[in-house]
This record gives sequence, structure tokens and C-alpha cells, in this order.
Amino acid sequence: MPFDTPTSSRNDRRVLPIAADGLVVERAGRRIIDNIDLEIGGHGVTVIMGPNGAGKSVLLRLLTGLLRPDAGRVTWAGRRPDRGRAPALGMVFQKPVLLRRSALANVRYALRTGGRAERARRAEQALVRAGLQHLARTPARMLSGGEQQRLALARALAPDPEVLLLDEPCANLDPAATAAIEALIRDAKSRGTRIVLVTHDIAQARRLADDVTFLHDGRVVEAAPAADFFDQPASSAGRAYLEGRLLID
Amino acid sequence: MQDFGAAFGDAFRLLLGFDPALMEIIGLSLRVSLTAVAISGLIGLPLGAILGVSRFRGRATVLVLLNTLMGLPPVVVGLLVYLMLSNAGPLGPLALLYTPAAMIIAQTILVTPIVAALARQTIEDMHAEYDEQLRILGVGRWGMVATLLWDARYSLLTAMLAGFGRAVAEVGAVLIVGGNINHVTRVMTTAIALETSKGNLALALGLGVVLLLLAVVINAAVMGLRSTAARSAHA
Repeated sequence: MPFDTPTSSRNDRRVLPIAADGLVVERAGRRIIDNIDLEIGGHGVTVIMGPNGAGKSVLLRLLTGLLRPDAGRVTWAGRRPDRGRAPALGMVFQKPVLLRRSALANVRYALRTGGRAERARRAEQALVRAGLQHLARTPARMLSGGEQQRLALARALAPDPEVLLLDEPCANLDPAATAAIEALIRDAKSRGTRIVLVTHDIAQARRLADDVTFLHDGRVVEAAPAADFFDQPASSAGRAYLEGRLLID
Repeated sequence: MQDFGAAFGDAFRLLLGFDPALMEIIGLSLRVSLTAVAISGLIGLPLGAILGVSRFRGRATVLVLLNTLMGLPPVVVGLLVYLMLSNAGPLGPLALLYTPAAMIIAQTILVTPIVAALARQTIEDMHAEYDEQLRILGVGRWGMVATLLWDARYSLLTAMLAGFGRAVAEVGAVLIVGGNINHVTRVMTTAIALETSKGNLALALGLGVVLLLLAVVINAAVMGLRSTAARSAHA
């Protein structure tokens, strides 16, 4: 199992800061994550960028505890990831995985604490925030692609997580659906949720990022405030990526 | 040898007249097979789900074994249950041989591997899709099994129906452990075998028609379930 046993203490549910220390992941003799150190704390939106195969999605999986590194370690608030703190960490995948239930039941499923009435109220509220209240009774898999991703986001946000990680959430969406997702991300940020977003889309990164972590070949080649990164990328790889040159090596 | 057409006519008269002897046999058949399928579901669904989400040494061997058990010859199951329940057998003191209970035991043994193997495949496919999402939500092993069983309910019902079709149509096991005793352990398939050998084709045909109708009902139910599942995007 990827998680240690759940913690019993109820007040000790914090996951921030999420720290990565010397992470290495090897597949078929190649280092797809090559000695990454990283700390996610504070506030705002961190955008992880980089070309295909840079290790963005793998890094996200490592931070969530879904994947164990071959070397190094990930800690949540100084301790190893455990299942008991899962509600404090939300994750949205590129392709939403929705249960074969109604939209409302999908959100309710993510709410494991509180009484029945309390859970129903919070599920309802999460749907309203995502603008999906009129589809509450609709089977989740009957929704459109954009609605499905909004529902996945609503479900991830329903337990009021400290941190929300998103893996290219708009990769398959049209501009209107993308705008709706971005609005939800901004709303979550304004309510104090720490955001970590993996994206390919430079324009989206410019719209949302407070700081940028640029990955190339499994390494962090640059980590800087968004303004600095977009105006004057310090690394040649970052510069090439922003200029739209193809990074092939 | 009775005339074939006359036999058909007699068969439908028995059916439409709700002939008590016929109804008794059909009733016992349904009671035995439905009970066996219910017990098989209680054992086979969780077993299949656990196999579907688990990875352990020797798993491949267990799966080969399970898939092999799907094709168990009913007469062999009948023989084994007979050996267990006969006076000289380990369960002899229970005096279950030649009772409906013995038939339920035999059919449960026949059907459980079918339900478990089909459930295992269904749950494993769904698990591949759900695994990371459920782990992110902090769902543990048992919560995962419960979630998968519920979300796969339509496919699993289909597996149960397949098991029922197998149970109600088999003759070898119930004949050996039930003994085809009139008013006690005579079910549709054993009655057909007996009545045919006695030359009483009307009753045999009547029962045959009921069995065929049951097959139609089961297949219609499976299709109905599939389209319901598709309509609500459960598939």
C-alpha cells in the first residue's frame, strides 16, 4: 500500500508544506525523475511546466503519495503521507474518473466526515460553486466533458482541502469549459486553497501562475515567481520553451 | 411412442391449466436454483472483488483454478457432494442426502466459481480505472471493494443471471444428490429425464417449454439490464 496507517489524531490533519527531498524515479534504466527537491508551502498557485516527458505528472503523483520514489522522500507537514490526511489533499486528473453514480453522489462520496445533513449541505454547496446544481441527479457519466471535469473539481474541493493538485485539467476541453475550470481554480485560491497545476498551456500558465517550476528531463531547471519566469527565464531550456522552440534532446 | 403433435398439445394444456404436479416441480426447481445462486452471490461476489483488487504471489494460479472451476462437470460435483453427504461420508450425520438442501449445496458449488470468475474480471477492469482516484480520496482496501461492488452492480447482476441459467438447467448434480424423488427432490431437469425414459412426453415437453421460457426471460433480463445500465451511463 502506498500509504502508512491512518493517523488517529483529528487535529493533526495538515499536509502543508509538502516537501520533496532528493526524489528519484527510474524506469527501464532511465531517470524520469532525477534528484528533485521542492517545497510547496505558503499561498497561491504554483504552475509546473515543461515539455512532454519532463516528469510533470510523475512528480505530481509522487507529491500525492500515489507513487513511491525509488530514492528520496516526500513529506506532508514533516511526516510521511498517510491515508488519514487524504481529505486535506485534493487531486484532479487529466481525464476525470467519476463514479457510476449521480453527480451529487460523486461529491458526497468524497465527504467522509461530519453528519449526514452536514455532508448533504456541503455536497450541495460544492455543486452550486461549480454551477452544476441543476445536474445534481444526473448520472455523472452522462455529463459533457467540461461538466465532468467541473464535477471532478467540485468533488476534490468539497472536503475543503488545504492543497489542490491538478494534472492538465483542461487538456481535452474547449475554451469555454477551460474558462469555467480556471474560474473554479481562482475561486479556490481566493478561499485559501494552495494550488499546484501541471499544464502544457503557456497562456493558461500566464493567467494563473504566481510562481513557476520548470521541469526538463526529470530535473527542476528553474523555479521562480511567475513574472520573472515569463519576462526573463533564467534557464536556456525555459527560454526555448517559452519561445515555442521545440525542446528535443 | 406418442404422437409428437399430441404431446405438444398435452404439454400446453398442462401448462395453461397450471397442473399441480407440474407447478410443484417448477416451484422446487426455482427454489433450489435461486437459493443456490443467492448463496453463490454472497460468496462469489466478495471473493471475485477481493481477487480483482489484490496482487499476491500465486494469484495467476488461483485465477487459472477459478476459471477451470467454471467448467466443472455437474456429475462430478454431484459425485463429490454425494461422497461428502452419504452415510459413510464426513457430513453423513447431517442426513442431507436426497433432500433439497443437498441439491442447493451441489448447485452452489457449481455456480460460485462462475459468479466469482465473472465478478473478478468486471471488478479488475473497474479497479484499473478507479484505483488512483479512490486512493486520493483516502479510501482503504475494504472501502474500495465495497465501492467497486456497488458501481459494478449491473454487470454483477448479469453474472448472477449467468449462474442461475447454469444452475436451473443442469441435471447431473441434482440427480445424484437429490435422487429425483417425487414430491421431494424432483426438479424440472430430472423430471424431464425420467418422463422421457418412461415415454411420458407431454410432461417432459411441458417442462422443456418452461425451461426454454426461463432461458428467454433470463436473456431478456440481461439485455434489459444492459440497456438500463447504458442509459444511466453505468456501463
